[in-house]
Amino acid sequence: MRWINRRPRRPAAIILALVPFVIVIGAYVIASDIRLAENPSDRLTPAPSQIIDTFVMLATEPDRRTGRIPLWSDTWASLQRLLAGVAIAAGIGLVFGLLIGLLPFARAGLAPFAAAISLVPPLALLPILFIVFGLGETAKIVLIVVGIGPFLIRDLSQRVLEIPSELLVKAQTLGASTWQIALRVALPQVLPRLVQAVRLSLGPAWLFLIAAEAIAAEGGLGYRIFLVRRYLAMDIILSYVVWITFLAFLLDYALKSLSRAAFAWFHGGEDL
Amino acid sequence: MTAVSVHDVWKSYDGRPVLERLNIEVEEGAFCAIVGASGCGKSTFLRLLLAQELPSRGEIRIADADPATEPQADRGIVFQRYSVFPHLTVRDNLIFAAEIAASRTLGRTWGRTRRNLRDEAEATLERVGLGHAAKLCPSALSGGMQQRLAIAQALTKKPKVLLLDEPFGALDPGTRATMHEFLLELWRETAMTIFMVTHDIKEAFKLATRILAFDKVRDDPTDPGAYGATITYDLPLDDKTEKDAFNGPN
Ligand SMILES: Nc1ncnc2c1ncn2[C@@H]1O[C@H](COP(=O)(O)OP(=O)(O)OP(=O)(O)O)[C@@H](O)[C@H]1O
Ligand SMILES: [Mg+2]
Repeated sequence: MRWINRRPRRPAAIILALVPFVIVIGAYVIASDIRLAENPSDRLTPAPSQIIDTFVMLATEPDRRTGRIPLWSDTWASLQRLLAGVAIAAGIGLVFGLLIGLLPFARAGLAPFAAAISLVPPLALLPILFIVFGLGETAKIVLIVVGIGPFLIRDLSQRVLEIPSELLVKAQTLGASTWQIALRVALPQVLPRLVQAVRLSLGPAWLFLIAAEAIAAEGGLGYRIFLVRRYLAMDIILSYVVWITFLAFLLDYALKSLSRAAFAWFHGGEDL
Repeated sequence: MTAVSVHDVWKSYDGRPVLERLNIEVEEGAFCAIVGASGCGKSTFLRLLLAQELPSRGEIRIADADPATEPQADRGIVFQRYSVFPHLTVRDNLIFAAEIAASRTLGRTWGRTRRNLRDEAEATLERVGLGHAAKLCPSALSGGMQQRLAIAQALTKKPKVLLLDEPFGALDPGTRATMHEFLLELWRETAMTIFMVTHDIKEAFKLATRILAFDKVRDDPTDPGAYGATITYDLPLDDKTEKDAFNGPN
């Protein structure tokens, strides 16, 4: 049989999915063992047991200076920024996507502009944002909005344009106005695509969040990582990296489940 | 009364004519079947009738009104695909037009109004044989059921003219025959004018009162796109015997 037609059965598929994880973790454990055997005070590759101890400590013991438990206060601070930025960007993406996708006049006026600003590297704007909005929360949220907003606008306008013209014509013959078509045909059709686009832009959103926190913040996951970098505290950094990855996975999973529950008509088999 | 009058209509894309010199008058209540080779402009003609696109030259009037400039509720359309809203249930597809009319700002209804509309739709659904499928999404329906829904939906605004673009092209012969009965029944009840594009000449003879054949009369062998198609045959089938002769005894 050709390889394109061979499919793993369920147990084999699970084992195959685990293999890369096992290899990477195994390689780390071995490397860490070798290095620690040579030099027990080595800080670059802490033993897994030490990473777990550190993680438990970060999640349970209050910081001596602030009195708060670092992992939770950092997570809370970061998630607030991330969710605010992503929500605002999604709202902007949806509104402008509908405008550009549905109205030829809005398309003529806005599409080239949206294409142009999506080429501006957001991180290059970060200093400007700090100057304009100060070092507080606003600049970090705006960075996320500036970072993923243009992508969302372009993606959503494309999705609106892809709505079969038959449906828009049909709605007109049923007496719908432009506004009613936007509300009752285009909006429900692109909402599941909005969730897809937001899922894709969560990665960049984390990137911009951590970059902003690394430069100026009093708390947050990115702040902590870059703070302890000075002491070469690899155990803390690795704990946080795993934790951030887990949070990102949870967010993605939540959006996927939400989409499946809310837009059953959209999920006819295919899925990523 | 004249339902549709097409006066010297041309349609070109990028300077290349697709349709040329179209002239017809269609009586109210006529059932016109449109036949012709693939790519000769049948769908384009329907889009012109629908006012989804405007003629490059000439004009089309429905019931002697001024030529329309965009699709409106006096003409209904059923496409071969994508004719119903995939995000609405079967029942909500049927009450879409009524909801739109009832609420200008939000285009939807709630509570008692909505219940009433749904109850009214119930009767129509039974009528078109979709009573059991009221709460399903269109993607859960078979092709024939989807097209029945699409026709029922197009009729909710009681259009003067119903346009059908190969509506039964993807159906098996059995389902198609049922759909023919269904369509003829609706047509007799409503006295609307129907234009139906089809590739099935038997279907055309079975259903229509008039057959319009599209073809190119002028042809430049060195430049196939130089001329557009026009109506080459305009065959009235009012004479029932003619139809029966074609359909054969059965
Ligand atoms: N928007 C457009 N822009 C440019 N050319 C077009 C456009 N729409 C249709 N055409 C051209 O017009 C011609 C007629 O197209 P049309 O879809 O009306 O054919 P048709 O008779 O419906 O064919 P079929 O039987 O395959 O459905 C084709 O050559 C097509 O390429
Ligand atoms: Mg066609």
